[in-house]
This record gives sequence, structure tokens and C-alpha cells, in this order.
Amino acid sequence: MQNNLLQIATLIFLLPLFGSVAAGFFGKMLGKRGTNWVTILPVAISFLLSAYLVKVIVLDNHPAVEGVVYNWMTTGVFKFDVALLIDRLSAVMIFIVTFVSLMVHIYTVGYMAEDPSYTRFFSYVSLFTFAMLILVLANNYALMFFGWEGVGLVSYLLIGFWFKRESAVFGSLKAFLVNRIGDIGFVVAMSAILMYFNSLNYADVFAQAHTVATQKMKIFSDYDVSAMSVICIFLFIGAMGKSAQVPLHVWLPESMEGPTPISALIHAATMVTAGIYMVARMSPLFEYSPITLSLVLVIGATTCLFMGLLACFHHDIKRVIAYSTLSQLGYMAVALGASAYDAAIFHLVTHAFFKALLFLGAGSVIIALHHEQDMRKMGGLAKRMPITYLTFMIGALAVSAIPPFAGFYSKDAIIEAVHLSTTPGAHFAYFCVLAGAFITPLYSFRAVFLTFHGKSHVDPHVKVQESSWVILLPLIGLAVPSIIAGGMLVGPMLFAKNNLLGSSIFVLPDHNVLLEMAKTFQGAKLMALDAGDTLAFWLALSGIFVAWFFNLRKPELAEKLKIRFAFLYNIMVQKYGFDDFNQLVIVNGTRRLGDFLYKTSDLKFIDGIFVNGSGKLIQWFARISRKIQTGYIYDYAFSMILGVAVLLIWFLH
Amino acid sequence: MLHFSLLSILIWLPVIGAILALMTGGDEHANRARWIASIVAIANLLLCIPLYLGFDSGSYAMQFQENHLWIRAYDIHYALGVDGISLAMIILTNFTGLLVILAGCNAIKFRIAQYMAAFLVMQGMMIGVFAATDAILFYVFWEGMLIPMYLSIGMWGSSNRSYASIKFFLYTFLGSILMLVALLYLYNQTGVFEIQKFYGLNLSLHIQKLIFFAFFFAFAVKVPMWPVHTWLPDAHTEAPSGGSVVLAALMLKLGIYGFLRFSMPIVPDACANLAWFMIILSLIAIVYIGLVAIVQTDMKKLIAYSSIAHMGFATLGCFMVYYIMKYGDTYKDAYMSLEGAVVQMISHAFGSGAMFLGVGMLADRYYNHSRMIKDYGGIANKMPVFAAFFMLFAMSNVGLPGTAGFVGEYMVILSAFEGQAWVSLIAALTLILAASYSLWMYKRVFFGPVANEHVEVMEDINWVEKTNYILLAIGVILLGIYPAPILNVLHVTVDHLLKQSLPAAMTGL
Amino acid sequence: MISLSQFLIVAAILFGLGVAGLIVNRKNIISLLMSVELILLAVNTNFIAFSHFQGNNAGQVFVFFILTVAAAEAAIGLAIMVVLFRKTHTIEVQNLDNLKG
Repeated sequence: MQNNLLQIATLIFLLPLFGSVAAGFFGKMLGKRGTNWVTILPVAISFLLSAYLVKVIVLDNHPAVEGVVYNWMTTGVFKFDVALLIDRLSAVMIFIVTFVSLMVHIYTVGYMAEDPSYTRFFSYVSLFTFAMLILVLANNYALMFFGWEGVGLVSYLLIGFWFKRESAVFGSLKAFLVNRIGDIGFVVAMSAILMYFNSLNYADVFAQAHTVATQKMKIFSDYDVSAMSVICIFLFIGAMGKSAQVPLHVWLPESMEGPTPISALIHAATMVTAGIYMVARMSPLFEYSPITLSLVLVIGATTCLFMGLLACFHHDIKRVIAYSTLSQLGYMAVALGASAYDAAIFHLVTHAFFKALLFLGAGSVIIALHHEQDMRKMGGLAKRMPITYLTFMIGALAVSAIPPFAGFYSKDAIIEAVHLSTTPGAHFAYFCVLAGAFITPLYSFRAVFLTFHGKSHVDPHVKVQESSWVILLPLIGLAVPSIIAGGMLVGPMLFAKNNLLGSSIFVLPDHNVLLEMAKTFQGAKLMALDAGDTLAFWLALSGIFVAWFFNLRKPELAEKLKIRFAFLYNIMVQKYGFDDFNQLVIVNGTRRLGDFLYKTSDLKFIDGIFVNGSGKLIQWFARISRKIQTGYIYDYAFSMILGVAVLLIWFLH
Repeated sequence: MLHFSLLSILIWLPVIGAILALMTGGDEHANRARWIASIVAIANLLLCIPLYLGFDSGSYAMQFQENHLWIRAYDIHYALGVDGISLAMIILTNFTGLLVILAGCNAIKFRIAQYMAAFLVMQGMMIGVFAATDAILFYVFWEGMLIPMYLSIGMWGSSNRSYASIKFFLYTFLGSILMLVALLYLYNQTGVFEIQKFYGLNLSLHIQKLIFFAFFFAFAVKVPMWPVHTWLPDAHTEAPSGGSVVLAALMLKLGIYGFLRFSMPIVPDACANLAWFMIILSLIAIVYIGLVAIVQTDMKKLIAYSSIAHMGFATLGCFMVYYIMKYGDTYKDAYMSLEGAVVQMISHAFGSGAMFLGVGMLADRYYNHSRMIKDYGGIANKMPVFAAFFMLFAMSNVGLPGTAGFVGEYMVILSAFEGQAWVSLIAALTLILAASYSLWMYKRVFFGPVANEHVEVMEDINWVEKTNYILLAIGVILLGIYPAPILNVLHVTVDHLLKQSLPAAMTGL
Repeated sequence: MISLSQFLIVAAILFGLGVAGLIVNRKNIISLLMSVELILLAVNTNFIAFSHFQGNNAGQVFVFFILTVAAAEAAIGLAIMVVLFRKTHTIEVQNLDNLKG
């Protein structure tokens, strides 16, 4: 059984790789139809196998399976293996990944039908699935880092998929570089882990966590810090890069330059949640570093509120959803900070469904309008695209945390967890998540109203019609779990005694807010019915109301407010100036510094003074000394005699 | 008897091939020269198979030894032998040699026989350097290699070639002279020129430091380390692309090899004492040179600078060993660090070699052979296969896991933390610097719309170039996802080397 | 009896004249050759003097050698001079500065 499961897991991640290679190298030969087969079928099989793993590991309570696929390298006592860990957490994750990936694969058939680089796209998406599965299935940091960078690479390739567009190429480069800043954190954290734990295997590391927790690390000669905090902070910097937390969030809006299916897959459902997954996976470490937990809490809360605000001020439908993703990632980070790891993963799962749904719905609209993304040029589409409208609405309700949709359960759990948390910063975070609960429906329904309701601003030449079934099928496929997943999972995932993630997550007793909450939990149904008692619910409803009021009822009022608060509005439009700061200070600064080092230090100083300078010195010396060579014999004879005389005096003296 | 003279055959076969190639005469018989060179290069690579198979990776002793008295008066021997490190480097040399010859068949249009001869001689000399176990023999090969390189830059280089070739020659030659002085001193101490006998000499710290600096100049110029690196960008830009490949893939490694073979085991106390100096220079190479690479406008210069930065990891890995031993608890991290340095040496050859070849391919297709980034744009539209390959190699340069470029850097960064956390942190900056310069260049050259009418007419790579690139791609990926076979060859050798390279005070641990 | 030192003084004077001739003379190259001969003669004088006072004939044998070589040297020197004159139409030392750096 043990070995069988390992083989299944290996197969799960190898199948998409096979699809990717086949589509990438032989795509031209296979044609579109063939490409569909070689990529979708493997992912579908992977999905079924993952479902089987979920059944065995989660439902049948099979203990976690660990095993080596092959030895990557050995150096000294350190063994770096390509080894997998299939436990509850990774089983749940691969299920989500393969499910969303499958949906996106199918959706792509319709969305990219006209694209000349059809096969290349499929190859990338399958490659992404492979990398993401590796990331999730790894049992050690090195392999996780392989997946971690792998998804970063594919994200880079996919954002820049339409490489003729300057903005796409710029966005892809930016995404890669910002991610790499996070990766520095990850790499340094790995180094520290190797130093303190002498292993990169999760199992070994977690087993020693409580002993290392007391160790100190010298930073300067007489300044000590907790080694665990150093490790966790660097790990979290890694997570910030991938999961786009402030201030490393700048790449995510830019990533919307990529085709919509990958926005759904990579930049909503899977890759961006890798950071959340990682922190949850590292819960045995983070638990011992209260400072880091506070940091996670505060950063997550900041991201949650401030990025959500930005979503209200954008007109590009995809960017609105991107900012919404940032905000939801903030929620997940807040949950992590409050030690409610299960809640974070729970929100990750529900978010994967409804956010992928929103993106794919937006994609459906975009393709119907012939690649128009500006919401000001939409409106009144509800009647002409009923299924897209319905599914998009489900997504919006879910993200707005309206019971009984999926988002309600996960988000409410997070808000409640933060409320109970005693981690420093929890008050601030509680305020942020509550404010977020108001803002989320505000921007979501703003998008719904602008796109589907009101007067049509669609270019009259465009004939809008409902998308084809390959596009609608995934929408429906995602809409169903967006409705039911929350209610179904809230009990088993968060509050059951033997909950879904089980021993994959480690929480110190004094941090265990979920246990506290479990005491009052009486089933999903009651939770939904009691929603009226919670502040968050009324905030959400008022959010929808405000969105309706300003966008449909009195749009002119919004214009007035815009002029009245022009200053604030500008800050929002400038996205708090992060982009400008990065461009002006960091990018230009680096370039100036490089330029200075090259032109002044390298060319003028080293080359000019030392290298060519020494050559010039010799030339100068030769120029002087050639003057002695008069060419007259009598001068030479004289100097010879003089020399003899000097030598004579020298020796006879 | 093949077993006993395998190394000699490896060294002299290319030289004989070079003579044969030269005998074909002018360019009217160019194809003959091409065939001779290719066959010799392939034969040499195939000869590596018995070398690899016959090598006993369980022993740190020199293997395939040959020893003949050469100059009686000074007890100089023609002595050859390989250990794990030199074995890996010899295989790499032959691999690269074949690539260069193949690329030359395609790209070089005049004085083909001479070109082939120069590179074959270079290949032979380089194998000689890696195989020599006698200091003077080493020195002869070391200097012998300069001549064909000097000629190849001067003859087939681009516009500013004479400046670059002289700069290259003087720079490297100046350093080597000091090494000769050090070798002579060591000869006076021991009475032999056998390198093994130089190890473990009981020299005072002062003398050790002098010897260290003599070696330092020879090897640091070759690596090259800041601040004696400025010859490299010039040499690279002016050299024909084959020359650049050899420079990047092999010649730079000679410096590291020298540190490993001479500096560290011969003067361990001085190395331990001056490790801080080397570490700082390495970090400067990584950060400063990385920053300089970002602003380059010439593709070859950019890759040249990136090579310097990557070599910084190799030197860092070598000398971090002493700090790890000082502050760490055991020597397992030191071991990883040193092994990382060796791996970096090998792995860097693939990515950077391929990138230099690629720039050569681009320049060959451009009407005035420009290497300027601004002259290109949108290559991916016209040469998709090439673009895909180049992306892989650029990613290796970036140090993406799963490619060759990752393994060595990763090992060095991981182990450096044990010595000094901040060294690890600074070294990790390469993650972003390497990505910046590689991908920014990639973006400007390959992405975007087709930039001008000269790019418009460019054709995708032909089968010779494709063969080359497939070979390199296999190397990059294989080394990335399965480095174990190479490491297995290195284990015992590196272990032994590490024990020799540590001062007596440290080995007690 | 003339003492050895007197011989040596004569030789030294001859030598000095020769050297002075080499250095001071700026006109004709022939006088340079003659000065060289003078220096050689000074050496010869020394040889003979030492040979006489020490009763060793080897010195006198050397003198013959030197005379022969000097004759040959003068012959070659004159030949070079002729060629030089043909080419440059001058044998003034002042004008011969081809070695000037």
C-alpha cells in the first residue's frame, strides 16, 4: 500500500509533465486536437488519481506516506532526495490543483481556440501543473524550492505569453524579479534550517523544532536573536513573494497581462497560494516564533484591507479580480498569523474555486467582447450571457461571504479566529478583516453591476453571444463547489475532533483559536442561519448595497465624490505609489549604481588607471629614457668609460 | 597498454590532429580540415568513456598515472594522473572541445584549417593542465594554452581584437610568472617538482602568505576575480564565439582548479588566514559584477560579466571552507561548500558556453555582426526554436532549480550560512541580480515585435547548431535534475582535498 | 733601469689618449679607429711590460695575437667605413646618429 501510494503520487506529477513535453516538442505534429488529447487526458487522470489519494489518506485515515523517488544528490552527510510526502495537507492540495488545472485545461480549448501558439500554451499550462504538484508533494525544502521556482518560471512564461506586447513582457519580467526577492528569503531560510536542523526533510526538521526553538543566533558580535525567528521570517519573506503580500504584491496586478485561463489557474487558485501552503506546512516552526506570527498577521491584514480598497478604483475587470485576489490572500495570511492554519487552508480551498470561477467568468465576458477588458465598455450583459452571468454571480456571492456560499464559511472562520487570537497585532488585524468584509462585496458587486447590469456600453459592432460549452462547462464545474464546498467542509476541516488536515498542522495549545471556536460550533447549517448575528454579515450586505447605490442608482454621486476627494482618489489610482517607488528608486537606482560601477569603477578606475595606466607609465618611462640614446658613438663610449670608472672606484675603494 | 597512456593520448591526439589539419593547407581544402578536426574531437570525447569507466571513484589517489623523466638536471618529470576533479574537468574539456569545433565548422569562413588547429591545440594543452602532476609540466601546459588563445582572438576576432588579445596575454602572463617564482621556491624546499610533494610542507606563515599571493595573482587573473577581471569582457567580446566558449567554459575554471590544486593544499595556513580577503573579493564579484552586468549594452560583455559573477561562487565555495570550519561545528558543511565550488565550475560551463554560442549565432545572422542588444528585438518571432533553447540556457544562468546553474550556487549558499550568515545573505542576492541581467537582456533581444528589417530576414538555427544546442541542453538539464553521478566521482577526491587544505589546527575537529 | 711603473704610466697615458680620442673626437670616423688602435697598443705595452718583468713569455705571445686581430679589425672597420661613405656620403661622426632613440 505504502509503495502503491507513492507510485500513484509519482504518476500524478509525471503525467502533466508528459503532456507538457508532448505538446511542447511535438505540438506541431499533433495539431490542436492531438494537443488537447495529450494534455487534457493526463491531467484528467492525475485528477482522478488525486481523488483516489484523498479518499485513501483523508477519508480512510491512511497514515501519511513518505518515500524517495530518486536521490538527487548526496554531499557529505546531507542527502538531497526527490522524495514525496503524501499526507492530509498535500492530498487536499493536489486535489485542488489538479481539479482547477483540469477545468482550466478544458476552458482553454475554447478560450485560446484562435491563438496561433495554441500548443505552446497547453505545454506551459501542463508544465505549470507539474511544477505545482511537485511543490505540494515535496517532503523536503529543496524539492519544494524546485517546484517553487518552477511555478515562478512558468508564471513568467505565461504572463509574457503574448511576447509581442510590451506590457506583457514587462509584466512577466516584473513578476519574476519580485518573486525572486522572495526566493532570496526562501534560500536563506533553507540555509539556516540546514544549519540548525542538519536536514532539509520536513519530518526531521519538525521533530527537532522544539529543541531548536530555544537556540539563539548571533547576528552581530553581541546581539542575539532567536534562530527560529530568523528562519521563520526568511521563510515568510519567501511566502510574501509568492503569495503577493505587501510590499511584494506589485507583480500580481501586472500578471494580468497573461491569458485569462492562467490568471485563474496560477494567479488565483494555485501558485499564489503556494506561500500560504508553505507557511501552513511549516506550522511546527512558525508556532515557535511569535514575532513572525505577529508579522504575518500584520502584513496579511494590511494586504487584506489596502489591496481590497484598490480593487474599487480599477476599471479593468481582470485587475479588479487581481486586487481581490490580493485581498483574499491577505485573509489567508491573517489566518496563518492567528495560528488558524486550518482556516487558512480552508479559505485557500474555497478561494481556489470561487476565484478561478470569477476569472474564468471574466474571461468568458472578455472573449465574447473580443478582448475588451474595460468595464466601462461593458454593461447589460446579463441577458445575453445568462450562464456566465449566473456563475459569475455565484462567484461574487461566494467571495463576498454571503451565506451559504463557500466563501462565507471560510471567511467567517478567519474573522472569528482573529477576534479570538491573542497574537500581538490581532486587534489591528481584526479591524482590517472586518473592513475587508465590507469592501469585498463592494468591489465584487461593482464588477457585477458594471458588467452585467445597467445600460450597455458595448461597442455596437460586436455581436455578443454566450460562450461555447467548453467555456461554460468549467464555469459550471467551478460554480458547484463554490456553492457547496464551504458548508460541506467547514465542519470536518475546522472543527471536527479528527479534522481534515489532522497532524499535518501543528498548533501550540495556547494559540489554538480554532479549538476555542469549535466549542460554539453547531454545524454548518446553524452557522449560516446565525449569520445575522455577526457584524461581518451586515457589513457584507451593506457593501453590496453601496456598490448598487453608486454604480446603478446614482453613478453621478460617485463622480462628485471623486472630485471632492481628489487627493485620496489619486492615491488610489497611483496604487499607493508602490509602482512608482519601485521604478524610480529601486529599478533606476540599481541601474544607476550599475552604471556607476561600470563606467567609473571598472572602466575609469581599474582599466583606466591600473591596466592601461601601467601601460601608459611604461610608455612614458620609455619616452624619457630614449632621450639618453643620442645615437652618437662618443656618447656611448663616454658612458661606457664612466661606467668602468664607477665600477673601478666601487671595487677599489 | 592503452590504460597506461590514455592521458597522453588524450593530450597529444588533438595536437596531432592540429598538425594534420594545418597540413591541409589553405581554404580550398577547408572541408578536409573540418573533417579531421571533427573526427579528432569526437575520438577524444569517446576516449573519455574508458577514462570514466576505468576510474575508481573510491580512491583519492591519482589514477591513470604516467611518469617519465623529462629533464634530469632538475628532476622534472613528464608525470600525468587524474583524480575526481581533474577527471570531471577533462571530460568537460573534451565535451566543450567538440562543441567548439562543430560550431567552428559552421561559423568560421576563412583560415579554417588554422582555426581548427588552434582550438585542437588549446584542447590538448588544457587537458594537459588538468592531468599534469608535475609542477613544471603544469606550467608548460598552462602557458602553452595562451598561445592558441591569443592567436584565435587576434586572428578571428572582431574590430578591437589586437587590444583585447594583448591585454589578455599580458594580464594572464604576468600572473603566471609569479606562480613560476613560487614553484621555484617550493622546488628549492623539496628538491622535486612533484605537486604532491609540495603538500604539507612546514612553511612559516610569512612564507606561506608570500606564496599564497604569488599563486593568487596567477589564479585570480584566470578566474577572474575582482579587481583583475577587466581583461575578460574585452577578450570575450573580441574573441570569435568558439573562443568565448572556451574562455568561459574552461579557461576560467583553470583559476579555480589552481586554487584547489595549489593554493589550498600547499599553503593551508595562509589560506585560512586570508580567507576573509578571498571571501570579500568573491562577494564583490557576485554583487558588484552582477550590477555591472545589468547595464551592459553588448550581449557578449553582459555574459562575460555574468561569468565573473558566477565564478565568484566557485571561489566563495573554496574559501568559505575555512570560515565554516572556524564557526561551524563539524566539517560536513565545509565539504558541501567545496563540492559546491567544484560543481559550480562544471555546471557554469554549460549555460554560459551555450549563451556565448547563441550570441555568435545571432551575430552571424546579422548583417554587420552586431552584438549590441539595441540592434535586436523580437527574435522569438523569427527564430522560435533558438529562442526556446536560449531561454533554457538563460534560466540556467539565472540559477533556476532543475538546471545546471542552480546546483553549485545552491550548495555554496546553503553551506555558507554555517560560516557567516551574512555571507550567505549577500551571496543570495545573486538570485535577483542574475535574473535581472539575464532576463532583461532576453526581454530586449527576444521579446517584443520584430525590431527592424535585419531581424526580419533572420532564419532559425540549422541542424549543426541544433545538434550543438541539443547536446548542451541535455547537459544543462541532466546536471540540474540528476547531479548525483558527477558528485559521486567527486566525493572521495574532495574529501581528501579538504583534509589536505585545512590547517593542522582545524583538522582536529 | 726603467721600472715597471714607468711602463705602466706610459701605457696608461696611451690608453687615456685613446679614450679621449674616442670621446672628444666628433669629426672623422678614421680617427676613432686610430684611437681604438691606440687603446690596444696601451694594452700591448702592459702585456710586454709584465711579461718582461715577470719572465713569462706568454704575454708577448698574446701581443702577437692582439696585433693580428687589431689589423683584421682595422681592415673590417675601414671596409665598413667605405660602404658607409658610399651610402651616406659622409663619415663625420656627428652625422651618424641612426641609433638615436
